[in-house]
Amino acid sequence: MQRIGVFVCHCGSNIAATVDVKKVAEMARLEPGVVFADDYQYMCSEAGQAKIGAAIKEYNLTGLVVCSCSPRMHEATFRKCAERYGLNPYMVEIANIREHCSWIHKDMEEATQKAVILARAAIAKVNLNAPLQAGESRVTKRALVIGGGIAGIQTALDIADAGYEVDIVEKTPSIGGRMSQLDKTFPTLDCSACILTPKMVDAAGHEKIKIYTYSEVEKVSGFVGDFTVDIRKKARSVDEAKCTGCGVCQEKCPSKKTPSEFNRGLNNRSAIYTPFAQAIPNVPVIDREACIKFKTGKCGVCEKVCQAGAINYAQEDEIITEKYGAIVVATGFDTIKLDKYDEYAYSQSKDVITSLELERIMNAAGPTKGHLERLSDGKAPKEIVFVQCVGSRCSDERGKPYCSKICCMYTAKHAMLIRDKYPDVNVTVFYIDVRTPGKNFDEFYRRAVEEYGVNYIKGQVGKVAPQPDGSLLVQGSDLIDNKQIKIKADMVVLATAIEPNQGVRNIATMLTASIDTNNFLTEAHPKLRPVESPTAGVFLSGVCQGPKDIPETVSQAGAAAVKVIGLLAKDKLTTNPCTAQADELLCNGCSNCAKVCPYGAITYETRQVNDHGIREDRRIAVVNKALCQGCGACTVTCPSGAMDLQGFSNRQLIAEVDAICR
Amino acid sequence: MNAKEQVQQISGVNPYKCMKCGKCSATCPAYEEMDIKPHQFVSYVQSGNIEALAACKSMWKCLSCFACVERCPRDVQPGRILDAARQIVVRQRGGNYLTAEEIPPLVDEDLPQQLLVSAYRRYKR
Ligand SMILES: Cc1cc2nc3c(=O)[nH]c(=O)nc-3n(C[C@H](O)[C@H](O)[C@H](O)COP(=O)(O)OP(=O)(O)OC[C@H]3O[C@@H](n4cnc5c(N)ncnc54)[C@H](O)[C@@H]3O)c2cc1C
Ligand code: SF4
Ligand code: SF4
Ligand code: SF4
Ligand code: SF4
Repeated sequence: MQRIGVFVCHCGSNIAATVDVKKVAEMARLEPGVVFADDYQYMCSEAGQAKIGAAIKEYNLTGLVVCSCSPRMHEATFRKCAERYGLNPYMVEIANIREHCSWIHKDMEEATQKAVILARAAIAKVNLNAPLQAGESRVTKRALVIGGGIAGIQTALDIADAGYEVDIVEKTPSIGGRMSQLDKTFPTLDCSACILTPKMVDAAGHEKIKIYTYSEVEKVSGFVGDFTVDIRKKARSVDEAKCTGCGVCQEKCPSKKTPSEFNRGLNNRSAIYTPFAQAIPNVPVIDREACIKFKTGKCGVCEKVCQAGAINYAQEDEIITEKYGAIVVATGFDTIKLDKYDEYAYSQSKDVITSLELERIMNAAGPTKGHLERLSDGKAPKEIVFVQCVGSRCSDERGKPYCSKICCMYTAKHAMLIRDKYPDVNVTVFYIDVRTPGKNFDEFYRRAVEEYGVNYIKGQVGKVAPQPDGSLLVQGSDLIDNKQIKIKADMVVLATAIEPNQGVRNIATMLTASIDTNNFLTEAHPKLRPVESPTAGVFLSGVCQGPKDIPETVSQAGAAAVKVIGLLAKDKLTTNPCTAQADELLCNGCSNCAKVCPYGAITYETRQVNDHGIREDRRIAVVNKALCQGCGACTVTCPSGAMDLQGFSNRQLIAEVDAICR
Repeated sequence: MNAKEQVQQISGVNPYKCMKCGKCSATCPAYEEMDIKPHQFVSYVQSGNIEALAACKSMWKCLSCFACVERCPRDVQPGRILDAARQIVVRQRGGNYLTAEEIPPLVDEDLPQQLLVSAYRRYKR
């Protein structure tokens, strides 16, 4: 029989104003197993905890029930308190008589009655509690960062500077991400390459950082502190150790008709290519789909011209298996496809472009060498219309329900840069709202209007119609003047919604990290744990978690790094003892539990069991204690009642329900 | 039920989903002929100004093409509001329904053909 102490907290007046705390203590004293019950103003305070300690000693208590606030708030506090006074921390139960009781009821009598019942349930549970021991698991002191955009680069640099090894896995042939495609960046208008390239070089040269480009994560197993990851390093067909980055191969390659991914298909690249001049590593890859040698067996020009003898057509994909203590997802974003938005004539006219395409056009290294020109005829535009929120804030099936957050600012940037360089060009922006929260952000947008004479019109565009003379007739609303207006434009720029990169769902599945309906990775808590995934050991950095600009991405990247460092600094991790366990006599090996376990914690083994004197080999579920998060999904799925959660056993839960219904 | 609720019920439109983007008015081919514009159909319902809505000329200028319904990014369906307003007017004249034979004498010269199609669509239910 347990010797239980019950401690009823007033929480100042938070509880005591609505619940008769004395009555709760009095009723608790009548329950089986209870040898002591008292109330106090602030149970969590030092004095309150001392009272608990004194009672443990005086009454030789074996279990505690604290009737107080939510266990989220103070369960850990009272468990530590119990431990300090020599009690197993898992012998403590919380009856939540604040959030579940005083805060939601007005009538004192009813609230008190409910508090008594909640206390009774907790007492019934403690009567069946058994001491639990937290286990330990080891920590591999190396981190993996998936995605080499500014988010991944910054996270890797911060982790490496703290002295830990970091590997970056980047899908494309170079690190840099979207930021390497941008021309100038708001709010300061510094050139994107000028601030990004040094960071890329730092990462590449850092002794603690290893970069796998043209590579993808293929398999992940293990758990926090001890992940095992298979990385597929795709065949570059170029020997990284030999290549000097001279670029002759790209120049001489006769296959030059593949749309350049980096320039968003606005011009073509060769079959052997680096995405851009400052690529890191500066080692080209052969696109085997485009390479004549791979398609017909003839050609081999690059092999002939390469002085370094770096070309290797026989190179094969390589699988690298490595262990990591922590994994950071930094897979970034892309702009959405516009095929459902016929009204903007994006697929009909070359002069209707996305903002990301405009970045490439404005960039000196881009397809037009930085000259603002119409892609249809090379003429200089005189009238440009920008449309904001294209595909953002759309609750229909065409677009995305969220605000992409960065478009208001980059549209103001584009409008301003154009007016600055080409003052004779008229610039009109159609907007629904201009959203510019951020340091110096609204000032930035106001400058576009007040100093650069950009014409902002509140209203959307309903139609862009290409005209026979090559111009674009833009029909839009001016809601302030209540007019429908028509503008004959030379160029239309669409501030296209952003979405998480393709393939992130696959990554999330491998990591058992949760993802929302828009494919953004979910954080453990939207306010208090914004850079952690609910899956232990998995962290989030950059736009893969939600739309953000560079300053915000870099801050989040640093925050994710700190969390990783905090984890890697530990030698051992304590594991949660409230994990599932299969009773070998009841388990029939049906495999239902493994199917529902969101953490992949369950496997099966064949084991000899002794069932009432009969020895036989049976297939039995085995739970990996380090992986199990104690969610309980398996226990309710198991058809034979074999799965049970330690600390939340079926018996304990039934006892609670019985106590409530008594 | 007041007039506002009546319009909401008949049209099935929740005017509060509107974010005042103007896409409907930017799209509407009959815009120039209208006294109250498509985005205003929604704001009139929001503010409960149904009397003005029921008296508007737009009601008989709308082509019932439902371009606004199709394009609205928040699925507000402004065109259905006018549809509902028309129905209320018809009800006020007496009777919920018109038979097919009753329609020709009511037809005004300027009435867009499409509107008749829309009317049949609604009244046959
Ligand atoms: C048109 C436009 C203009 C902008 N202008 C500005 C500006 O002026 N100022 C500003 O502050 N912000 C601006 N931004 C926002 C800025 O681009 C982002 O904030 C920033 O790029 C986010 O960085 P990231 O690392 O999170 O994502 P990304 O830059 O998208 O990087 C993600 C990286 O992960 C890689 N990756 C993806 N999936 C995988 C996978 N499965 N495995 C391995 N690697 C993978 C990608 O190849 C990429 O390299 C602009 C954005 C756009 C679209
Ligand atoms: S020619 Fe050879 S050394 Fe030069 S970039 Fe190409 S592969 Fe590298
Ligand atoms: S309790 Fe949850 S995490 Fe643990 S084995 Fe069962 S389903 Fe998996
Ligand atoms: S298109 Fe839809 S959201 Fe936009 S103003 Fe019209 S009704 Fe409102
Ligand atoms: S349904 Fe009526 S209001 Fe809507 S776009 Fe067509 S004509 Fe305009």
